[in-house]
Amino acid sequence: MRKSYSLDAEALPQDGLAVAERAWKSLSISGRVGLVLVIFWLFIAVFGAFLSPYSPSAFVADDVFLPMSAAHWLGSDYLGRDTLSRVLSGTRYTVGLAFFGALLASATGTFLALYAAVSQGVLDEVISRLMDTLISIPSKIFALVLVAVFGASLPLLLLTAAIIYLPGSYRIARALAVNLNSMDYVEVARVRGERKLYIVFHEILPNMLNPMMADFGLRFVFVVLLLSGMSFLGLGVQPPAADLGSLVRENMSGLQDIAPAILAPAIAIATLTIGVNLLIDALPQSGNGKGGH
Amino acid sequence: MAVAVNVSHLKVAARGEGGMPIPIIRDVSFSIKKGEVLALIGESGSGKSTIALSLMGYTRPGLEVVGGRIQVGDQDVLALKSDELRALRGKTVAYVAQSAAASFNPVVRIMDQVIETAVTTQMCTRAVAEAKAIGLFKSLALPNPETLGQRYPHEVSGGQLQRLMAAMALMADPALVIFDEPTTALDVTTQIEVLRAFKAAVKERGVTAVYVSHDLAVVAQIADQIVVLQHGEVREAGQRDQILHEPDADYTQSLMQAAQPEKRVRPSPAKALGTMAPILQIKGMKAGYGKARDGSLQKTVLDNIDLTIEPGRALGIIGESGSGKSTLARVIAGMLPPAAGQVCFYGEVLPPSLRARSRDQLRRIQIVFQNADTAINPAQTVGEVLARPLQFYYGLKGQALTKRVNELLDLIRMPSSSADRLCRKMSGGQKQRVNLARALAAKPDLILCDEVTSALDSVVAAAILDLMAELRHELNLTYVFISHDISAVRAVCDDIMVLYAGTQVEAGQSQAFKSAPYHPYTDLLISSVPQLRRGWLEEARPGSSGAQAQPEDGLCRFLPRCSLKIPGLCDTMPAPRHALTDGRNILCHLDEPSLRAAQLETV
Amino acid sequence: MRVGLLILKRLGAALLTLWLVSLLVFILSSMLPGDAASEMLGQSATPEAVAALRLKLGLDQPLYVRYFQWLFGLMSGHPGQSMISGLPVAEIIGTRLPKSLFLAGLTALVSVPVALTIGIVSAIYRNSFIDRALNVMTLSMVAVPEFLVATLSVLVFAVSLRWLPALTIIPDVADPASIARAYALPVMTLCFVVVAQMARMTRAAVADQLDQPYVEMAVLKGLTKPRVILRHVLPNATGPIVNAVALSLSYLLGGVVIVETVFNYPGVASLIVDAVTSRDMPLLLACTMVFCTAYMVLVLIADVAAILANPRLARS
Ligand SMILES: Nc1ncnc2c1ncn2[C@@H]1O[C@H](COP(=O)(O)OP(=O)(O)OP(=O)(O)O)[C@@H](O)[C@H]1O
Ligand code: SF4
Ligand SMILES: [Mg+2]
Repeated sequence: MRKSYSLDAEALPQDGLAVAERAWKSLSISGRVGLVLVIFWLFIAVFGAFLSPYSPSAFVADDVFLPMSAAHWLGSDYLGRDTLSRVLSGTRYTVGLAFFGALLASATGTFLALYAAVSQGVLDEVISRLMDTLISIPSKIFALVLVAVFGASLPLLLLTAAIIYLPGSYRIARALAVNLNSMDYVEVARVRGERKLYIVFHEILPNMLNPMMADFGLRFVFVVLLLSGMSFLGLGVQPPAADLGSLVRENMSGLQDIAPAILAPAIAIATLTIGVNLLIDALPQSGNGKGGH
Repeated sequence: MAVAVNVSHLKVAARGEGGMPIPIIRDVSFSIKKGEVLALIGESGSGKSTIALSLMGYTRPGLEVVGGRIQVGDQDVLALKSDELRALRGKTVAYVAQSAAASFNPVVRIMDQVIETAVTTQMCTRAVAEAKAIGLFKSLALPNPETLGQRYPHEVSGGQLQRLMAAMALMADPALVIFDEPTTALDVTTQIEVLRAFKAAVKERGVTAVYVSHDLAVVAQIADQIVVLQHGEVREAGQRDQILHEPDADYTQSLMQAAQPEKRVRPSPAKALGTMAPILQIKGMKAGYGKARDGSLQKTVLDNIDLTIEPGRALGIIGESGSGKSTLARVIAGMLPPAAGQVCFYGEVLPPSLRARSRDQLRRIQIVFQNADTAINPAQTVGEVLARPLQFYYGLKGQALTKRVNELLDLIRMPSSSADRLCRKMSGGQKQRVNLARALAAKPDLILCDEVTSALDSVVAAAILDLMAELRHELNLTYVFISHDISAVRAVCDDIMVLYAGTQVEAGQSQAFKSAPYHPYTDLLISSVPQLRRGWLEEARPGSSGAQAQPEDGLCRFLPRCSLKIPGLCDTMPAPRHALTDGRNILCHLDEPSLRAAQLETV
Repeated sequence: MRVGLLILKRLGAALLTLWLVSLLVFILSSMLPGDAASEMLGQSATPEAVAALRLKLGLDQPLYVRYFQWLFGLMSGHPGQSMISGLPVAEIIGTRLPKSLFLAGLTALVSVPVALTIGIVSAIYRNSFIDRALNVMTLSMVAVPEFLVATLSVLVFAVSLRWLPALTIIPDVADPASIARAYALPVMTLCFVVVAQMARMTRAAVADQLDQPYVEMAVLKGLTKPRVILRHVLPNATGPIVNAVALSLSYLLGGVVIVETVFNYPGVASLIVDAVTSRDMPLLLACTMVFCTAYMVLVLIADVAAILANPRLARS
């Protein structure tokens, strides 16, 4: 039995509020927590800059590693900058990179998979073999190699993330596409004389969207984990820009004082990724044990 | 006789979303006397298995018993604690599952599983248990009873596994045995043997049993009492003969009618369209899967197939699972290019592959798949599904398109409002109608129907068969009707072709299939189809199932299973194809008189 | 027989992949702007000096020649010299690899039993409160990056409680107590994610078996719950479980990079980070191949487990 949820196509034409309510009700408690967290962080990523009390790069505090106060809600960092402002801008980097990196990986993966599954033969072999090769380089190591060669500018980091998580998306999408491609209704379309393009866009793709959305969410989490890890090593987002991982790294010396400057970005990352995970897990179609890395 | 089982006012509910209970079984009561077999009959979803399992104090996850009483012997099953339930299961009440292949643990030897309950509960020693199991294997007519237990489940055939599961159930001499659709997954020729073995074992031991089935004819052979279920309620209950001969409930009557398609469907004399070329002609066709290096087939599925269909007629193709029926349909539709031979359509050679066929050629032959669940895109609405062929072949748009979609819905007796409904929200029968209508939308000359009714419950399937027969008259269609069910084929078709292991063993007009002589395989097939008549099981010819080693190339493929084989001839020379006096042709060494003699003598 | 063939096939595929990986990373590394010679000599070097060094390092050779030289060097255990320290790469890795292996081994030793227990228990008590609690817990654990776990565990155990050292100093004398103290934090950090991942996959594998009709049959035969689990479920779940263990352990490969760096542990992974920072390509390439080989070995184990667990293959 399939439950419907917010991504369900048939839910669209009805009254939006009622649909949202039904979707909300169909979620488990942990799923609701996840949804709230995800909405919260997306909001911060998009509108954070407007809420920022100070410029993230301005030295505004009297001292470094200040505790929480009315002037500086989350205290100050190791150079005396406002932590809240820096977290708000760091979130934009983290979420933005992860969102577009994952989107690029998922979209390219889906596209290649459809192409491979429908054309079959040599092309499928070549693409699949290439993806198998890419996937067998552990993601962090691969990221390190790419950064060593190409550097760590923002577009390159985004591309790096996309390349690394492309094979995972491809694998899942290909499995789905191959499966759907052998469905009787696709066979019927083929016997009718339909062209490949019609089959891909009308018969196969619509039935892949839901699982690929869930997969996109997972990739998003993976990219957040990867890039913040790289930034933590000093090999990710480079100053003066700073994502949440960089914030943890630069404020390491505040660890002794348990300064909010290091706790705040740490909590931000954890709640962001946990939120997405909880939400995806609560969606009806995604299974448990998740493969890929 | 003492009452062995008493079920009163049983209610079972599923836990729905938000904790709302959804009733699955609503107030079911019956009782079974000692030594009797009670059949629970009904369609899928009617609650047969749920009731049967509740007799063991077991409900599938998500279900719970919400009311009623179940008495087995002197135990109140629903009141038992978990260790008492454990003592009940396997010893007082035993279970034979629908799919033995899935219900045996694949990594444990069969013997260990059969004697497991007896040994772990210290009922007897291992040696005693094994001896008893071997005795049971013998009485269930299993081959090599001494060594069979040492095998793993995947090394034994489906029919044998089903009997082994019965042996496992009988090990502890239970007071009650539950058979849950034990022959549904089997071919008819296997089913008859398994049924015989079950019946003998049950009678010999005086076992009290519950036999769950959807097939009235099977139930007629084995049950003393019948309970007819629908939507979790008892429609009718009573002695076997009363139910079979004087059914009261409308529902039972419709079940009875569905079980006898030949009596129901109007015989449809094909309109002679005179001089036209045959709509479809195939000669010497060979097909299969996988191309080896040298261009030959890795697996030959069909060999030397000839067929001709005149316009307006219906050709039925029957054979057991794996005989190559679907492969034949795929070749005709162009989905699988044959390795040899050609498909001629109105005298014109069709290109072997889809890509080479013109759009009009594709339009004129439509295929309808067995399983409407997978044959219809679940993301589309009924209207979208039906509109596509109209747009694709006829370029219809707007008003004209809507009008034609409505006409099609009308043809399949569905309201025009259903055009907006999503396919996945439809019932199985509705989906199959849409599936059929999509083929009709192309206005084809020939429709290939691959097992279009086998995934449906009998009453729904009967309605689809009726619809197909009507449409054929309305629209002047030609059918290729593929089925494993010879009675459905005989009801719908003008001509019949019998496939065995990819060879065409017999072909001819449908009327001619009403009496012997037949090809030995056709004979086996026909005599294995259960009949509603009591005593059929005892009178039917002994079957011979299970494909043993395949004979050498060129020899009669049926040789290992044939009871009439002529040693020295059948195993050395390829069988010739020869005509019988009524126009049928068969592929067999035996001539007409000897076949007739052999087949009449045993009936 | 069929099994042997299948395993050989998998082995062949793994070797092929490994070879493709070597090709890929070598080509990538050759795309580095500027080459090793100018890098080593710095910006002030004369063009002549650079050219001379290029000749000495064989950098004037075409790419494919250098690739095969490197590949054969790699296979014969001589993958070149570090551009920074000038030491043979094999020697550098040789001193560090055992330390990384020890760390990984210790982590596996701790994580496998814990994860299997969590996975099996939550599968058996599916949809109970305990299962749902464990689900949310492991789901959250896999979502937390290692560097956060490392940082927070330092915060708690080294800074606040002062129980454990913040940096790992490998003890000279190998008595169990001091080893335990030294390794506690890095192993704990690594286990955090690996345990969660492994437990989730194990649960899925066991739950999958619990849904099979033969389990229902075993219950209906009146067997006790432990017997159903031990005799019927687990033997069938072994293959998938080994698979889950092997795949989860491959997560370690990413984890050690962070953990070795945070705890200043002298293993191969922290070597990689140094190599990236200093753009020491020969060292980076060799380390990468070490990691990929480790990954392939784990995947191979997982594949073989899946093959052996299938009785249809195993008994023919
Ligand atoms: N794509 C394929 N590749 C290889 N072998 C196949 C393929 N499809 C079918 N076969 C094999 O060809 C044989 C005939 O299959 P086919 O589907 O035509 O049988 P069928 O008579 O329709 O059976 P059923 O009644 O089960 O539908 C079987 O042995 C089957 O295993
Ligand atoms: S040819 Fe021989 S073996 Fe084959 S069906 Fe006829 S009698 Fe039987
Ligand atoms: Mg078929």
